[in-house]
Amino acid sequence: MPTDTPADARRTAPRRHSVTAPRPAPPRRGHCGPSSALSAAVLVLFALFFTVPVLWLVLAATKTDEQLVHGNPLSFGSWQALRANWAALSGFQDDVVLLWLRNSALYSCLALVITLCVAIPAGYALALTEFRGRRTLLVVTLIVMIMPNSTLVVPLFLEINAVGLIGSTWSVVLPFSFFPFGVYLAHIFFSTALPRELLAAARLDGCSEFGVFRHVALPLATPAVALVGFFSFVGNWTNYFLPYVLLPESDQLPIQVGLGTLLANVPQFNPTAGALAVERPQLALAALLAIAPVLVIFLFAQRFLVAGMLAGATKE
Amino acid sequence: MASGRVRWPGRAGHGFVTPYVVLLIAFGVVPTGYAIYFAFTDAGDTFVGLSNFLAAANDFRFVTAVGHVAIYLICWLPSLVVLVVALALTLHRVTVRSASRALRFLYYVPGALAGTTGVLVWLFMLDPAVSPAAFLLHAFGFDTFGQVVAPEHLPILFTVIAFWTGAGGWMVVMYGALNNISPDLIEAAKIDGAGAWRTARHVQIPLLRKWIVYMVILAFAGGTQLFVEPQLLSQASVGVAGRDYSLNQLSYDFAFQNNNVNTAAAVSVELLLVGLVVAGLFVARSRFFDAD
Repeated sequence: MPTDTPADARRTAPRRHSVTAPRPAPPRRGHCGPSSALSAAVLVLFALFFTVPVLWLVLAATKTDEQLVHGNPLSFGSWQALRANWAALSGFQDDVVLLWLRNSALYSCLALVITLCVAIPAGYALALTEFRGRRTLLVVTLIVMIMPNSTLVVPLFLEINAVGLIGSTWSVVLPFSFFPFGVYLAHIFFSTALPRELLAAARLDGCSEFGVFRHVALPLATPAVALVGFFSFVGNWTNYFLPYVLLPESDQLPIQVGLGTLLANVPQFNPTAGALAVERPQLALAALLAIAPVLVIFLFAQRFLVAGMLAGATKE
Repeated sequence: MASGRVRWPGRAGHGFVTPYVVLLIAFGVVPTGYAIYFAFTDAGDTFVGLSNFLAAANDFRFVTAVGHVAIYLICWLPSLVVLVVALALTLHRVTVRSASRALRFLYYVPGALAGTTGVLVWLFMLDPAVSPAAFLLHAFGFDTFGQVVAPEHLPILFTVIAFWTGAGGWMVVMYGALNNISPDLIEAAKIDGAGAWRTARHVQIPLLRKWIVYMVILAFAGGTQLFVEPQLLSQASVGVAGRDYSLNQLSYDFAFQNNNVNTAAAVSVELLLVGLVVAGLFVARSRFFDAD
């Protein structure tokens, strides 16, 4: 499901073996002839399927509505039109789009910080310490991790409503911070990539349990922190259902939900749209702004990410 | 210390997991319990047995919503498996490494548009007035947006959108799993005279099985939760898709339109049960997660 980025990415797990002992590449068969030409055609066709919509979205933001309908769909409009779209978009309900972006950043970043503070120590303890209930906690984590996070949205509303927190920032930030997949990632990392002798040596030197974590394990856990942070941020930034249900006021919405409001004001999609009509290129620009942070992370973290996913795939 | 774990300091371990356990209870256990409580009581907090479940099941929208989700899953799961596996196998045969890497990245990029944005982009892609694939839509005989998003097309359209945002990530995973198959095995198959097709059929696909099952489980569990796609479409379809297309929408509607949280909770409990059973069976049976 596209709405479940964390679920979607659950197979990622760092693994030392993939870093220190890269497997030799399998020998590739040289081939030519009609079958490989067909393969190439299929691969290129799917590449177009995956990329043309993104390209179209980027270009659409630079056009006027008239150009959008009559021009070549994959042509560049003009910088002028882009500026005009931005002016119109930021004029929508007094800069509310900027406010939505700010809200998204606030919710995702707060949740990111809490998630890291909670998930990394929990994963460490599950992997490297023994305590009562450890196995139960691990199994519960695995089960909750596989369940889509939208299952609990309506019940969460009932709970948060009962304690009178509906509409507060924490009503979305705290559920966002509950991230069992992050705990699982940290657990895998610590149980495969951290030499236990190192911890034992630190204990012999008189380090406290917290000291071992703080001074030995944590400095070595940068890859786990980065991976957990990435999936937490992307998952929360793109979450729609939870804030949609929990936040009643327009000025509290994150951009994902705000886009829905904009969409409902585009006359071509909703004939009942009122006087505050939004033009389609402005909607495209808003969508582009909404994905910009995630897209930038994807582009710059590409090598790291793919390496992480591959490591996940090598898990026995 | 035989296992390398620290046996004695139970308290240290508890200290590390306490914040997580607090969140797990507050946002996992309590809402579950709360939903169950609401599902079995009425507005006056008296126990009413299964009557909320019956009320939900007898609602005229319930059976249609179950049908919608079922048809969507029937379209979505097989196409996901067939296309992801076929494309990963094809990609794996590409000899130019940089081309293969670039393709994998391109397939993966739409993952950044998960959620609302992906649906929005596809609303445009499906509108013959502005779509870069308008020629295709016209070739199928669709001239207006309304014709494209006709109710009987929705399962296919949701499948396309879900595939577009999610398939690339799975292809990267399958590709990695294929890379992990011992080259000797492939070589042996080749010496025995197996072509690309038979190698895939008898060597590679069986070794991918674990990953395919994992993908299907997650896609199934996620698919039952369909919400954002029909919800946005109901705002933007000239009224074609209703606000009660999927089960999650129905639960939302019971809670917020009909002001009937008990029936809403009953639908949530049913969805929860499906998720729990699927996840529990998978964790228990597959040994995918070697819990230690």
